[in-house]
Amino acid sequence: MKYLLRTEGLSKSFPGVQAVDQVSFGLRQGEILALVGENGAGKSTLMQMLCGVQRPESGSFYLDDQEMNFFSAHDALNAGISMVFQELSLVNGISIAENIFANRQPVGRVNNIKWRELRSQTRQLLHRFNLELDPAMLVKRLPMGKKQVLEILKAISNDPKILILDEPTSSLTEAEIIDLFNIIRNLQMEGMSFIFITHKLREVFQLADQVMVMRDGRYVGTHKVDQVTEDELVAMMVGREITDMYGSASYEEDSREEYFRVDRFSRKDVFKDISFGLQRGEILGLAGLVGAGRTELARSIFGIDPKDTGKISLDGAEIEIRNPQKAIDQGIAYLTEDRKGQGLFLNMTIFENLIAPVLKEFTNRFGILVRKQISSDVNHRVEEFNIITPSITQKMLNLSGGNQQKSMIAMWMGINPKVTFFDEPTRGVDVGARSEIYHKIRELAEKGTGIVIISSDLPELIGICDRILVIHQGQITGEVTRNDFSEELIMAYAAGIKNHKQH
Amino acid sequence: MTDQETTSNSIDTNSSIAGWPNRIKQLAAMREFILLMVIIVFTILMTLASPIFLTRLNIEAILLALSVEATIAIGMVILLISGGLDLSVGSTLAFVGVVTGLVLTAGAGTVLSILVGLFAAFSVGLLNGLLVAKLKINPFITTLGTMITIRGLLLILAEGRAVLNLPKSFTIIGQGRLFGIQYPIFVLLFLVIIGDLLLRNSRFFRQSYYIGGNENAARLSGINVDFVKVFNYCLVAVLAGIAGLMITARFGSSSLTVGQGIELRVITACIIGGASLSGGEGSVLGAFLGALFMGMLANALNLLGVDVYYQSFITGLILILAVVFDVLNERRKATST
Repeated sequence: MKYLLRTEGLSKSFPGVQAVDQVSFGLRQGEILALVGENGAGKSTLMQMLCGVQRPESGSFYLDDQEMNFFSAHDALNAGISMVFQELSLVNGISIAENIFANRQPVGRVNNIKWRELRSQTRQLLHRFNLELDPAMLVKRLPMGKKQVLEILKAISNDPKILILDEPTSSLTEAEIIDLFNIIRNLQMEGMSFIFITHKLREVFQLADQVMVMRDGRYVGTHKVDQVTEDELVAMMVGREITDMYGSASYEEDSREEYFRVDRFSRKDVFKDISFGLQRGEILGLAGLVGAGRTELARSIFGIDPKDTGKISLDGAEIEIRNPQKAIDQGIAYLTEDRKGQGLFLNMTIFENLIAPVLKEFTNRFGILVRKQISSDVNHRVEEFNIITPSITQKMLNLSGGNQQKSMIAMWMGINPKVTFFDEPTRGVDVGARSEIYHKIRELAEKGTGIVIISSDLPELIGICDRILVIHQGQITGEVTRNDFSEELIMAYAAGIKNHKQH
Repeated sequence: MTDQETTSNSIDTNSSIAGWPNRIKQLAAMREFILLMVIIVFTILMTLASPIFLTRLNIEAILLALSVEATIAIGMVILLISGGLDLSVGSTLAFVGVVTGLVLTAGAGTVLSILVGLFAAFSVGLLNGLLVAKLKINPFITTLGTMITIRGLLLILAEGRAVLNLPKSFTIIGQGRLFGIQYPIFVLLFLVIIGDLLLRNSRFFRQSYYIGGNENAARLSGINVDFVKVFNYCLVAVLAGIAGLMITARFGSSSLTVGQGIELRVITACIIGGASLSGGEGSVLGAFLGALFMGMLANALNLLGVDVYYQSFITGLILILAVVFDVLNERRKATST
């Protein structure tokens, strides 16, 4: 079968990097092609050339055997290539209808928008995907998952031949992912073709027909998904084999004392009556759907958000945490899921970030920062956490997702925490760096730190945790220990189908 | 008021989703609606407190007083929606007065003088727009710079003296009456109606919402972001120019100090009317109602014999209250969904 879309030697470089290097590949009509590769492999840049956001330096590409030459995303749209970007492109202050038909609203004689037509077109589109939403509703009133789906509706409202999706599932719940995949399969049936960038290899096997791997800007290969294994894909992506992704557990159950306890934590409409203990060196997972209240719980424990009731004890003594400073003083660390927004100072350098929580330690008695001590300590930690950067004066925003995440861990380890909360520790982090992060977490646990991991990535929790608590709508519905780990069981608790308290 | 909010959905495919109660709820949640209610209640209270308040003369006085601010607010709100900001409108206003006055006293005709004045305003807008859109200089800094520069330029041009004795053919713009009502009020109401209709219903003007909401996404939707930005800076400058012409004509002379501090009052009116400094939100009607409310308040305080010093104090409080109301309202809605 001949290709609908075909590239020949596409290349693009940015100052200092060859982002895409001589890439040739093809996409057939009605096919779902998964595109995988580590961060910085050139996936996004390649796709941006196909949808008119970037101009190729050399090489060409063909749609229906016709050479394409796009000067803007608009040109690509007109030719039938539409892309859903990782960052949401929705405008909060206007309606669903106007967001979907952004700058393509049906207009009358004097360029006046025909509201009735716009709303009815929107309603038809929403209806087609079983979304019962009012087209006039403002987008800011929608939950995250709906916004993501809306983003996709916006892209397909154009009736593209090819739809490119850049990590569309990264902020969706399991149920929303299933809905999204159904939408994609329906569209595939109608003849639409897809390129799907993802970091979750499980999704490759769930959804795609073919999978293409890129590494360091180059094309590595394309395979039918039933002719390749996950391990082979990982090896192609990182260029070496990762044998021991999660490391192996050294922790023995009940071998150590419980030294940290959260008792009857409640906050109205967010979480209710949550109690759990943590032993030294234990890695505890908090599973649950997005919105189950896990992050909110951690934020309350850490003193960012208020709680209604609840106590915390550490080393046998009750402690009162009214704000994050108190939590840090007690040796509790919380590594946020929102690395860019809340975790790091993106515009500041690596060393400024790394010393942020521990400025006191580098200050002499006159309140002046001691430069020498800082740079030796920071260089040491950059090495220890394998943060890949030309220098510690590099700005944080220039690092890849994985290196940013490693920096955030290095930053918090500076306070020598007794308890560490990791919220989605590997979101947007590629395979190689992920494995490093898991091993770091294990190392910490081996030193006796209690660890709590919040994650929506079940294989990750199963791979690294000793025990998993499942939270559904703000309440603990299940507790599973390592010997009983299974995705099905945890999902049943997470969806509220099963509740151990009822047994 | 507009098609967007009140069209029934009789021809829509699935009218069960959004029935009338829903529409009314949406209307009631609109800033313009809330502001209108506040203005009505305020009017009733003031009518009881002072017999003069609701007389034709007083209403005319209020409108005339706010015509300058409100005219600029039409352009400012569109600029704010697109994520911009213009601090130089007060200087532009005075600049246009001086340029027009100088051209008039040099013997040129009224129409030509007005055109030259408006062209001067347009040039300031073009400069602001190009600096912001093309060189990506922060709007606050850009327009702070032009605000000071243009004020200086007009002082140089006028050699530090007000331009006096403008001809009758020009001053009639600000002083003439139609049905006994002064022209500037008609100009204002006309511009508000046209501005609101355009911003609500024209595809071109709605591009500003996308730009202010998410500039990159707007670019990807095929919007010529730079052009719209430059256009918006020119628009607000020309509206400031029109305001400048009206006020100069009303006074019969070009003042060198007129318009100082007006930029903040205009932005205040826009924000009370529902605009946000981070862009993507607001409407012309809202901005007008915001200016109207501020104008009524100043007038009411005068009528009640409240010391003029309290006016600024109270206007400031109302701005803060409006923003606090917004924040709390958003928080309530965020938790209820």
